[in-house]
Amino acid sequence: MFELPSGAEIQGIIASLKASVGFFIPEIYLSALFMLLIVIDLVAKERKNNLLSITTLLGLAGSTIFIFQQHSLPAGELFFGMYVLDEFALFFKYFFVLSGIIAVIVTMVDEQFDREVKSMGEYYALVVAMVIGMIMMASSADLLMIFLSMELVSFTGYILAGYFKRNARSAEAALKYLVYGAVSSGLMVYGFSLIYGITAQTNLIKISLELSAHGSDSLVMIFASLLVLAGFGYKIGAVPFHFWSPDVYEGSPTPITAYLSVASKAAGFALLMRFFYIAIPHVGLPPENKLGLDWVSLLILLSVSSMIYGNVVALWQKNVKRMLAYSSIAHAGYLLLGIIVMNTQATLLYLLSYFIMNFGAFYVVILIANKTGSENLDDYRGLGIKMPLAGAALTVFLISLVGLPPTVGFIGKLYIFSALLAKGSLYLGIALVGIMTSVISLYYYMLIPLNMFLRESKLPDDKSMNLTLAPQIFMTVLMILTLVFGIFFAPLSDFANYSSAMFGFTMPPQ
Amino acid sequence: MEQLTTIGLNHYLTISAFLLGFGLFAVMTRKNAIVVLMGVELILNAANINFLAFSKYNGGMEGVMFALFVIVIAAAEAAIALAIVINIFKIFKSVDVSSIDSMKE
Repeated sequence: MFELPSGAEIQGIIASLKASVGFFIPEIYLSALFMLLIVIDLVAKERKNNLLSITTLLGLAGSTIFIFQQHSLPAGELFFGMYVLDEFALFFKYFFVLSGIIAVIVTMVDEQFDREVKSMGEYYALVVAMVIGMIMMASSADLLMIFLSMELVSFTGYILAGYFKRNARSAEAALKYLVYGAVSSGLMVYGFSLIYGITAQTNLIKISLELSAHGSDSLVMIFASLLVLAGFGYKIGAVPFHFWSPDVYEGSPTPITAYLSVASKAAGFALLMRFFYIAIPHVGLPPENKLGLDWVSLLILLSVSSMIYGNVVALWQKNVKRMLAYSSIAHAGYLLLGIIVMNTQATLLYLLSYFIMNFGAFYVVILIANKTGSENLDDYRGLGIKMPLAGAALTVFLISLVGLPPTVGFIGKLYIFSALLAKGSLYLGIALVGIMTSVISLYYYMLIPLNMFLRESKLPDDKSMNLTLAPQIFMTVLMILTLVFGIFFAPLSDFANYSSAMFGFTMPPQ
Repeated sequence: MEQLTTIGLNHYLTISAFLLGFGLFAVMTRKNAIVVLMGVELILNAANINFLAFSKYNGGMEGVMFALFVIVIAAAEAAIALAIVINIFKIFKSVDVSSIDSMKE
């Protein structure tokens, strides 16, 4: 049935592979860093040293040089249509490397690691592996590559979520993440197999061409879309695929919670955007275009239910990490709004703002947990007086998460909602849901500053609550970034606009 | 009659649909974490049968390649999953998914 390729064909394949490797340097560099970290862990036996974390920081920072060099390369597909290099992928390469760096910085200050684990062992190597996986998720152009990179991110995520293996909550988080992740990725692969059966293609562009040229059985295609959405929805943590996220976010080590809630979610969004924009045909006559409309209505359903569920259930939460978990479900809903109207710039800008404010909020939560040993809302009473800078910073991040000016969160929401309203009255109802749920979110976010500043502490304040200098500087930098980008947001929005080109062409605004 | 005597694409797809159904049933009804993971394996194998059948009748190699990669990923997943489940058993003395629920409020 299949003929062996001739010698000339093999020569051609090798030449094509060689040409593609030149476009793959950041990933190769990061893989080398991953292996280097494992070797360092084997060679350096001391329990407490910063060798691993410093190497990871420097290594990740070094990879930005290689990513920067890729700006001059032409956008296009590599490795026989498996992989793609474009401005969109470059944006996410920076995004994931930066979030890896911040995850390492956040880990270095978290004192829970000193209590729970003897050595950091493969922790940093896994963080780097997750960066590689997420970069490949954002650059996949083929169903096979999407599946492989998503599993790389999931597997490292399972291990990192359960990294405190003697801690019952962390082990439980790992189990829940594993069970839901395994089921949803299994369903996603089944959906891929149906898409492959309908189109006989695995490349996203070819799938789109096939679907728009020949149409498809709408029932099978909707079933396949639902299964694929189960996989993507799990990664982005949208309702109704959110069941894992509150428990996983509460139980995992806090740096990993922040990392999963920002970076892994962004990787899911990168994948969803690429799949929805490229693989689903949006132009064409009504019978062929129906699939695009079906996807839009499915995404609207996901988005509205995420916004309502995330914001309403967060109202009753007493644990700050769990509250932020529900808030991240709600933010997945807001991000989906940008995808529904296919405004890449607004979505990317919102991801950037979410990056700054969410990492900031989790960073302060870790600093407070270091001093009080608790993440409960009641234990935050009176902390604003004891550590004023942390209180002020957390308040700024939370105001930004609500989306009030003059913070970067306001700019993100402004772009998303104006993109919705620009499409006319069709999306007015959804925009209203978004705005109303933002108002609801104000209540639970502001409970934290309320407890910190206006309520008296029940504990005797004999304990010193002074933070060391380095975490304070980092926290202040994040706080200032949140405020500065809230006013001077042009660089962010220009960068997001530059990054909205996929496969070398920009999506025409519809 | 011809449907019964010659094996065609539909036969493969039917078996794969049954496997998917069994897998989903196991995932949704069973409490034991190991059995849930076995259900996931069934789902993955259902996808594999689909890929191979479509590859045979489409005439392309992509499906075969995809199935190979799915098998490898399933093996890696099983290794990680068993490590996590063993750790859960050490702490909770049980692998019952519904009883491991220390964080609900």
